Amino acid sequence: MNLSELTIGDCGTIVDFTDQEMSVKLMEMGCLPGELVKLEQVAPLGDPIAITVAGYKLSMRKQEAATILLKR
Amino acid sequence: MSEQLKVALIGNPNTGKSTLFNDLTGLNQKVGNFPGVTVDKKTGIAKLPNGHSVEIIDLPGIYSLYAKSRDEQIAFEVLYDRKGTLRPDLVIVVADASNLKRNLLLYTQVADLNIPVILVLNMIDVAESNGLKIDINKLSNKLGIRVIAVNARQNKGVDDLKQAIANATRVATQLRTIKVEELAPELIGEISEKFPVSSPYEALQLAHQHENLSSLSTEQSDLIETLEQKHSFHSSSNQAKETVARYSFINDLLFDCVTQDESAKGETFSNRIDKVLTHRFFGLIIFVLILFLVFQSIFTFAEYPMSFIETAFLNLEQWLSRVMPDGVFTNLLINGVIAGLSGVLVFLPQIVILFFFIAVLEDTGYMARVTFMMDKLMRKVGLNGKSVVPLISGVACAVPAIMATRTIENWKDRVITILVTPLMSCSARLPVYTLLISLVVPDQKILGFLSLQGLALLSMYLIGFFAAIGAAWVMKKIVRSRERGYFIMELPIYRMPRWSHIGLQMYEKAKTFVSEAGKIIIAVSVILWVLSTYGPANKMAAIDNKYETLAKTAGNDQKLLEQEKSAEKLEASYAGILGRSIEPVIKPLGYDWKIGIALITSFAAREVFVGTMATIYSVEGEGDNLVSVRQKLSSAKNPETGLPVFTVATAFSLMLFYAFAMQCVSTIAIVYRETKSIKWPLIQLAYMTAMAYFAGLIVFQLLK
Ligand SMILES: Nc1nc2c(ncn2[C@@H]2O[C@H](COP(=O)(O)OP(=O)(O)OP(=O)(O)O)[C@@H](O)[C@H]2O)c(=O)[nH]1
Ligand SMILES: [Mg+2]
Repeated sequence: MNLSELTIGDCGTIVDFTDQEMSVKLMEMGCLPGELVKLEQVAPLGDPIAITVAGYKLSMRKQEAATILLKR
Repeated sequence: MSEQLKVALIGNPNTGKSTLFNDLTGLNQKVGNFPGVTVDKKTGIAKLPNGHSVEIIDLPGIYSLYAKSRDEQIAFEVLYDRKGTLRPDLVIVVADASNLKRNLLLYTQVADLNIPVILVLNMIDVAESNGLKIDINKLSNKLGIRVIAVNARQNKGVDDLKQAIANATRVATQLRTIKVEELAPELIGEISEKFPVSSPYEALQLAHQHENLSSLSTEQSDLIETLEQKHSFHSSSNQAKETVARYSFINDLLFDCVTQDESAKGETFSNRIDKVLTHRFFGLIIFVLILFLVFQSIFTFAEYPMSFIETAFLNLEQWLSRVMPDGVFTNLLINGVIAGLSGVLVFLPQIVILFFFIAVLEDTGYMARVTFMMDKLMRKVGLNGKSVVPLISGVACAVPAIMATRTIENWKDRVITILVTPLMSCSARLPVYTLLISLVVPDQKILGFLSLQGLALLSMYLIGFFAAIGAAWVMKKIVRSRERGYFIMELPIYRMPRWSHIGLQMYEKAKTFVSEAGKIIIAVSVILWVLSTYGPANKMAAIDNKYETLAKTAGNDQKLLEQEKSAEKLEASYAGILGRSIEPVIKPLGYDWKIGIALITSFAAREVFVGTMATIYSVEGEGDNLVSVRQKLSSAKNPETGLPVFTVATAFSLMLFYAFAMQCVSTIAIVYRETKSIKWPLIQLAYMTAMAYFAGLIVFQLLK
């Protein structure tokens, strides 16, 4: 599954990325394989989303979230 | 004098670099609780305990050395430009102690560049209350540098930092973090041979960033390109490898030096606030309510100070006209300068209240949430969530707002934001709106508490906002780009605003507003007064003669004659000629030639409108009867029809004209500077003028 499919309050562990260019940006922000992420909020219009990762809150569009592959 | 040491503050966005800069230098650089407050470099001087002074450079925040936006590029260039005048002798990496893992990524990169470095763990108070225990000595030993815990907000630990700066050596002491050479051994080797680099990581950085470095010549850049191809170097996969290696170094380090007190964990305060403020249903409602509250307060709270300033100026005018001798100079002072100044200064309370609310939004962290909530909407119209910050600060002034677009990574998103930001109603329009609203909208309360005038003002701001959105949507279809847009942004924790900082910011903003507006208004009113008092000599003499004969005729009301004379003289003056010449163009919008004069002078700055109207109506009006600008305008009559000049149709048409027109020389200049092309400011001027003209035309024709 990917990050955009989580429901609020759910967690997952990052395993891989589907897009290399995006993965570089995401990794700099602390989204690394092996990190635990939790979906915290979804914006009122349904996009973007906010997750907790590496101890802080990060927001991204669903489009970016979909490039992050998770395992439960 | 020995050369001053240069110290750069580098760190992730929103880690408190500017707060620390202010502590060190005593300056008042803008601080706010969202990423991307600082978008330009700024230098100041710090006094050290040993009596020496050093130059401190505050920079925009960056997450890594791989810059993605214009503001990040500025920070990177200062670090990298080895020959540049700003090249730091010492770098202070400012890390957020409550979020060390991500913050240390940048530290490891800077450290590997082999520049002397000190690590500041800022926000140590937040880390402690989150239950984090950081072993500073161990961290310091493992990294081989000084590490200092600081609470910049409360000025704690800053003296230690100053001492550390004073003790700093000019050679880098830090231990290497990762084995950089292993990332691309042959390429790094060959670049190190051909370029004067001081570390393998600098060679690797050259490979990644040669296209963005202004210090490299085209031949040098091409040479690196060839080398990359020879060793089949792939930039983004190499970056990915580097980042993974750095994080594994950091994980090991933090495992040894940081312990988390588990009992302190749990749902944070910030998270609970977020559940309400960005709630799926209530989030947007709360946002609209907040805006509504802001505009209501602008009208309600500003009422008393405004009428106070108004009477103060009237008294001043009256007093001056009593004590000063009659003559040209008195006339210029009272009817030109003071009338013009009072016209704008009356609105200072409203502007200060507006700045106050914007500062609170920025300082609490709510601004970042607005960005988060609006991204989808913004994207639909060709903007980006990050466009919200420029758009909202455009309500204060378009110039810093356009600079704030530097945080937008995507060029197309950024250009469109720059093009539409001046449509947001800036504070210079506030005097124009308030004046016109007070002329035609009754001062009533509906439902007992909603001020009708406040509502009218809110609608003007909404019109500006929707015009910006609409214009962006059209431009999205026109401006071409192949770049892919994205939105990845940190949401900072909520913080209590720092009232002293907000107070200081408001004071500074008010001071700048008064002095800037003051300068322009004095200059324009002097010029205007000259232009409206003098005219072609023969015509002016003819009018004098005419009234001299009329005055001798018995039975004529002398006072009425005086008034008619000055009215006729104004029309014959140079200003009158100017106004008359554009009258055919603006007549369909409902404006007479006097308003025409104001439109012309407003091209320097919008707030000049009020002053111009004040000056023109004072030159014309009965000299001995001093009344406020508001009263002068509301009693103004069209001499041909005898009807009031400011009808509902004219006033609304004018307000829309001011809402859309690009009447601000400073904005044109900053757009030119930020886009580095004359094309964009010209496009902006053209489309905004056209919009203003047609909106004014349509509204006047519908309402008249
Ligand atoms: N609790 C706490 N808050 C701090 C501390 N230092 C700064 N802040 C707050 O953190 C926020 C960000 O501060 P800034 O100084 O604007 O951060 P910056 O690093 O300059 O941010 P950018 O210019 O966006 O890169 C502000 O709300 C500060 O009041 C600190 O030591 N403790
Ligand atoms: Mg800053």
